[in-house]
Amino acid sequence: MKNLLLDGKMLTYEEGQTIMDCALSNGIAIPGLCHLPGLSPSGNCRLCTVKTGGRYVSACTEPAIDGMEVECETMELSQVRMQLLRMLFVEGNHYCPSCEKSGSCRLQEAAYHEGMLDLHFRPFYPKREMDASHPEILLDRDRCIFCALCVRASREIDGKNVFDISGRGIETHLIVNSASGKLLDTDISVEDRAVHVCPVGAILVKGKGFEIPIGRRLYD
Amino acid sequence: MSSVSEEVDLLVGRLGERPLQILVEIQKTFNHVPTEAVEGIARKLGLPVSRVLANIEFYSFLSLEKPGDYVLLMSDNITDWMAGSRSLYSRLCSNLEGIADATKTSCTGMCDQGPAMLVNGIAVTKLDENRIDSIADLVKRHVPLSSWPREYFHVESNIRKSGWLFESGRRKVLEGQALLQELKDSNLRGRGGAGFPTALKWASCREATGEKYVVCNADEGEPGTFKDRVLLTHCAENLLEGMALCANIVGAKRGFLYVRGEYRYLESHLAKMLRKKRSEDFTVELHWGAGAYICGEESALLESIEGKRGIPRVRPPFPVTHGLFGMPTVVDNVETFCAASGIAAGGGKDFRRFGTDESRGTKLLSVSGDCSKPGIYEYPFGVSIEQILADCGADEPIAVQVGGASGACLDASEFGRKIGFEDLPTSGSVMIFGKNRDMKEAALNFSKFFAHESCGFCTPCRVGTSIIEQILESGNGLAEMPDLAGILKASHCGLGQSASRAVMDMLKKFPGHWGLS
Ligand SMILES: Cc1cc2nc3c(=O)[nH]c(=O)nc-3n(C[C@H](O)[C@H](O)[C@H](O)COP(=O)(O)O)c2cc1C
Ligand code: SF4
Ligand code: SF4
Repeated sequence: MKNLLLDGKMLTYEEGQTIMDCALSNGIAIPGLCHLPGLSPSGNCRLCTVKTGGRYVSACTEPAIDGMEVECETMELSQVRMQLLRMLFVEGNHYCPSCEKSGSCRLQEAAYHEGMLDLHFRPFYPKREMDASHPEILLDRDRCIFCALCVRASREIDGKNVFDISGRGIETHLIVNSASGKLLDTDISVEDRAVHVCPVGAILVKGKGFEIPIGRRLYD
Repeated sequence: MSSVSEEVDLLVGRLGERPLQILVEIQKTFNHVPTEAVEGIARKLGLPVSRVLANIEFYSFLSLEKPGDYVLLMSDNITDWMAGSRSLYSRLCSNLEGIADATKTSCTGMCDQGPAMLVNGIAVTKLDENRIDSIADLVKRHVPLSSWPREYFHVESNIRKSGWLFESGRRKVLEGQALLQELKDSNLRGRGGAGFPTALKWASCREATGEKYVVCNADEGEPGTFKDRVLLTHCAENLLEGMALCANIVGAKRGFLYVRGEYRYLESHLAKMLRKKRSEDFTVELHWGAGAYICGEESALLESIEGKRGIPRVRPPFPVTHGLFGMPTVVDNVETFCAASGIAAGGGKDFRRFGTDESRGTKLLSVSGDCSKPGIYEYPFGVSIEQILADCGADEPIAVQVGGASGACLDASEFGRKIGFEDLPTSGSVMIFGKNRDMKEAALNFSKFFAHESCGFCTPCRVGTSIIEQILESGNGLAEMPDLAGILKASHCGLGQSASRAVMDMLKKFPGHWGLS
């Protein structure tokens, strides 16, 4: 059995696991938004940034090495996470009170967890297109954080290619695979895994609004 | 001109496994990528339409809209700014108002003869008011590019100082295992910036199993660098020889030469060289970039050849085991392959005479900015900044930027420092700032560069580089910079990790330029 030290705790892992895998299999949650066991790791949100050997690495992509020492719950890394979360909030348009996902949103939950109280940076107020063309599924791009979970789930689990990330830099945006560019004209179905992996309220199943009473939702 | 669908058919047949290259060719022929081509390529290659669109929206030189008959892109490096590009740009725009649009593009690698621009993808150098007015006139009169004055497209090589690399012989005396040993003994390290030992890379690829590839990185996107342009012009045979020697060692049959789109004017020359060096054992294909600095990062470069957006891969695994199409691949800089062929011709002993213990051999430097003799200088590693400044005729400079926008900014107290992996590692960009320069401008220019070139994959770089640009543009929030620089260190790749370095250096060393003390 191989071991690593996470915040001073000795954890065992199996060859080939990442730092994130190791933490999860030991019942420890490292914060993260773009990781979901069962999908290939991406490393784009950087919220799972940990420090090892004086370097920042993303826990979800970094292979565990025997004897490595890893820091996660430190002041320094909490500050990194806080700033990353603020960046994600100001980059999009997140009006939490009117979002159906509010209360079970992983972005919101991570912000509570780090004790984020303000946006700190000036909001970008980007103009993004809403896609309500599909009878059952809503795509509200204002809330997209480009975690690519939907892209990966569609490819790797559903065997489709409904979503893709397009553009570059701050112009990055989510597109769907149809000539019209509309969700209605893709081969998506509401049973697809891709519809249910979004960590924020960017992909929602229509007609389910505020199903769970406020106060009893996952992160209330 | 053939129809869009005929063109797509032809290209799919020729470049089937490289969808991006098909798009580059379509763009070249039609000045944009028509929707019909997008759908045709997707259908013929069995790709999602979204994948083809995502590519077009990623690469600066590809566009969905038809811009008219001329695509005019003004080079926007700090050296272009210093030579007056911004007022020339305004002049061009007002000349062309309502007729054609000009836009800006990142450094075009013509820093020694700027300001420069690209017209329909071809470099035009030495711009001044006359040239700009004449270009506007040519555009208004719809004169085809082939009838424009030839001197507009003339690119000087400006080799000011040549040494071992330029002078090394072409007849190989060493190859295979003997060459590998010689490379190891000579301690040749990669010239693309990171300085990885070349022999170790080649040996690891040799040991890996699978079909192998040799890829030359001629993306040369680092602002202020143009030495690969000059090597491609004068030493293409040495470069191809170096690639062939590598292929022989690792056991590769195919190679790719990935050249930045800005150097498209070299196409017929390079194609000729490739034909000349073609052999039964090893063939090299040209691959044109399409305006994305990030594609100089080796794993993004491989993604790009495969026809994807240039998003850096997670490493490990490294290209030597999982590279192009998932196969073991050597990716090296142009200068590295040239040096390897020099060693094969002259032996490592000659090479080892130059440089320092940690940095053997010579290095090509691309010198630009405020000096009387900008151009290419070949020095033994260990040369001091002072020496370079004296040779290129720099008059009392206040700052030197070494290593491009992602490098370090030195003030006059540091001009004794030396080029080399142990002190100032660099791919060779040396940009000089004269005594009346405002370093605020340089900082702003670099911040715009990174915001424009961030691939957008990871949060700190995608958002952070734009926040930094806002701060430098407005002058508000400078106190945030150290914290932002820290967060950028959590980026996925070297672009984000080094995006704040120069700006931090400038703020620290030239606070007066911001009215700080
Ligand atoms: C953002 C970024 C841009 C890069 N651009 C280039 C480039 O234009 N040319 C180059 O040779 N290497 C570039 N590199 C370095 C390559 O990733 C790689 O290290 C190099 O091509 C390896 O070749 P070498 O060992 O011969 O230097 C870049 C790296 C990063 C992170
Ligand atoms: S829509 Fe949701 S799952 Fe898809 S990339 Fe955006 S945030 Fe991630
Ligand atoms: S650091 Fe920047 S360029 Fe590199 S992966 Fe992240 S967003 Fe892309």
